[in-house]
Amino acid sequence: MKFSPHSPAEVEEMLASIGLKNRAELFADISDKLKLGRDLELGPGLAEMELGRHLKELAGKNMNLEDYPCFLGAGAYDHYIPAALDQLLLRSEFYTAYTPYQPEISQGILQAIFEYQTMICALTGMDVANASLYDGASALAEACQMACEGSRRRKVILPATLHPEYLEVVKSYAISGKMEIIMAPEREGIIDKEATLALLKQDSACLVIQQPNFFGCIEEIAVWEKSVHAAKALLIMVVNPISLGLLKSPGEWGADIVVGEGQPLGNPLSFGGPYLGFMACSKKYMRKMPGRLVGQSVDSNGETCYVLTLQAREQHIRREQASSNICSNQALNALAASIYLSLVGRQGLVDIATRCHQLAVYARRKMESYGLPLKYPRVFFNEFAVEVDDPARINQLLLEQGIIGGYELPGALLLAFTEKRTRAEIDRLAALIGGECR
Amino acid sequence: MSPVIFARSVAGGGGFSLPPCDVAEIEPAAEIDPEFLRAEAPLLPELSEVEAVRHYVELSRRAYGVDNGFYPLGSCTMKYNPKINEWAARLPGFASLHPYQAEESVQGALELLYRTEKLCREIGGMDRFTLQPAAGAHGELTGLMIIKAYHRHRQDLARSKILVPDSAHGTNPATAHVLGFEVVEVKSNEEGLVDLQDLKACMNSEVAALMLTNPNTLGLFEKEIEEIAAVVHAGGGLLYYDGANLNGIVGVARPGDMGFDVVHFNLHKTFGTPHGGGGPGSGPVGVKEFLSDFLPRPLVEKKEEGYYLDYDRPLSIGKVRSFYGNFGVIVKAYAYMMALGGPGLREACELAVLNANYLRHHLQEDYHIPFNRLCKHEFVASGQKQLAENGVSTLDIAKRLMDYGFHPPTVYFPLIVKEALMIEPVETESRERLDEFITAMREIAREARENPDILHQAPHSTLIKRVDEVRAARQPVLRWPGWGTE
Repeated sequence: MKFSPHSPAEVEEMLASIGLKNRAELFADISDKLKLGRDLELGPGLAEMELGRHLKELAGKNMNLEDYPCFLGAGAYDHYIPAALDQLLLRSEFYTAYTPYQPEISQGILQAIFEYQTMICALTGMDVANASLYDGASALAEACQMACEGSRRRKVILPATLHPEYLEVVKSYAISGKMEIIMAPEREGIIDKEATLALLKQDSACLVIQQPNFFGCIEEIAVWEKSVHAAKALLIMVVNPISLGLLKSPGEWGADIVVGEGQPLGNPLSFGGPYLGFMACSKKYMRKMPGRLVGQSVDSNGETCYVLTLQAREQHIRREQASSNICSNQALNALAASIYLSLVGRQGLVDIATRCHQLAVYARRKMESYGLPLKYPRVFFNEFAVEVDDPARINQLLLEQGIIGGYELPGALLLAFTEKRTRAEIDRLAALIGGECR
Repeated sequence: MSPVIFARSVAGGGGFSLPPCDVAEIEPAAEIDPEFLRAEAPLLPELSEVEAVRHYVELSRRAYGVDNGFYPLGSCTMKYNPKINEWAARLPGFASLHPYQAEESVQGALELLYRTEKLCREIGGMDRFTLQPAAGAHGELTGLMIIKAYHRHRQDLARSKILVPDSAHGTNPATAHVLGFEVVEVKSNEEGLVDLQDLKACMNSEVAALMLTNPNTLGLFEKEIEEIAAVVHAGGGLLYYDGANLNGIVGVARPGDMGFDVVHFNLHKTFGTPHGGGGPGSGPVGVKEFLSDFLPRPLVEKKEEGYYLDYDRPLSIGKVRSFYGNFGVIVKAYAYMMALGGPGLREACELAVLNANYLRHHLQEDYHIPFNRLCKHEFVASGQKQLAENGVSTLDIAKRLMDYGFHPPTVYFPLIVKEALMIEPVETESRERLDEFITAMREIAREARENPDILHQAPHSTLIKRVDEVRAARQPVLRWPGWGTE
């Protein structure tokens, strides 16, 4: 296939018009020694039909969630996506556009981001939200850097109840030497209170709390808000956006920075990406926040309009003074999140969150009826860990029965329940695990 | 303006419903302490599906994508995004996969990642790639983490500086700074290329790496790249390739053969995946063999039973984001690479370079072009002449282009050219489109001479006029203030 529109005759005419004899002369500035001198070994190029067949064949080698019920969560969730959403994402004015640097012809994208920022503020209860970051884990790393910058301290306290991949990403970012990571231990499924209180000192930049945490348990917040702020450190919360249909918002708890994985809001699981990391903060830290921001303004006729703003924070202006190198956002994924929240609406989000919780409670009771205890008998939102002897073997068994099981923890399976799951699916899951473990 | 979606909201007007609940309808408060529950539902819009759909369709009509017309944004490579790629990424066998599914249930996805890595290696002349970084800037971050980890591993702890040419993208110095390096700027010479003498003067045992874009941001190939590599390597530093401009050489020459040790690609530029209005992109990072142990984990490997994720990489820098990267974007880039193949990729590069030189040649009479010689995929013109003679700025010219139906080029970058207009026409534009653009640019040059006010006031045909950016920054309104006032 080729996507360039030139006919061979046009190429010749264009070359002649600029005084060149052939295509090779276009590369006269590259020494022959550096030239490849052969075709790249990528194959001959495929016609669309061949390509379609090949891709379908690859896709067909995967067990996809349209055919198999899935109880995996652990940071990415199988929520229903309304049919209208993808139709709108396929409007090519959205998906083939660049960053809206030229506001006069980009008002649609700018307004969509402005509305997205407003919705994230509404969900999180915070003052300001940015236009999105790469994903939840890297958004947390950015938040930790921001807290260090904001507090002029370098100790970042991360709990053992945090998603392990988030921990690993923050650790990678800490190669900068600007952050020192301190681990707060876990106790009975939540942050160990006494041990962690002892860690919080006058040199702590921030404490991170994931709510619900990686094991699905709901963490205490009030005690942390009080002690973190007493130490003049920042409280960073990592939240599941769907849970915010039910749970008290981080803003109400007194968080300073909030991040999370935006995938559950209308983005397909897509084997891990593209997703979006959302980030919101209190007004006090607005000018320390990384990433794009869209603001409202007026044009020269006084008409309300939108524009990228506070760019003085960003890398292309600050260059070697910048505190983040982010120069894009996950615009299309953020658009999907906004469209999702618009389609399900205020009550819809509450209904979805409530249903997830109800299904999880039902599943817990079902598991208990088979004598399967929770690893951490605590309050949860839509995810919990059930104790099993050999999680890998159970998952294998479930897969053989056409069920995509849970995330394997030591001696337990972490199971997630979205509104897509049905009573029949949960009954089958519990019966299979219960039968195997009896 | 179109009213914000919140202003269209009608209390109780939402249209979404769930199927009937077939389990016990427990009140959340029966399980969760009310202290942890929200007192009030979040203030989200409440409207019917049709109203939501109309709102977003209306917004889409106020946007401009590659499918709308010519988009010569320098350094952004706004090429056509083939539609089959959108179809492919939406196949349930790709879109509906959970990242933690058992390896045996996602063999096709792992195979696609494995194959894409192989293609990237061949294209870059590199030994291994990670597909994890989510964007070009994220790739830079990953690349410099690898470089830092490498020097540390060798106990070469004094290497605290990163060299960056004065023509570089802002992300280069920003990335270096974020990772705790000191940035040292290397001057460009009168040809617009890295000044070899200055590079030699900057090079010492504290330098961790030189970050270089080749072709550089002026669209010029760094002819002395072998000498540059020799200087950096002799001083114990590494050479980092910023792949922003790969479209100017892809299929013709390879960064790996030029001496680069670490590279990043932008799949959303060179390999035709859509920019999405600002993202998602994908920024794979490639390295030479001696650095491969430091790549983020996991990598996809193959054994007899099939493909698997290899996490057992003790020297790895760790992870730079969750899971395996922007898989959906990688599917599209893989489809693009397979569609074009080896000969097609080279031809695309040739035509991109032809288009750029064609525009440069036909605009040189009306616009100053500071480095006016054979360029690669882009070139930098300047509005200096119009500013000096007619009092018309580059911004005026850019805004006026919208009236002619074009997206403006990148403006005021690179910083080393005054009144810069950075023009990248890409290979998917026909001669006819280029000629229309040339005509418009000539017409604008004439208007600058005869009626500069038309340009100062431009654009005239767009929905809004020039925006008060100062007000936006001084009195920031970053979310809809209307709730509560209604």
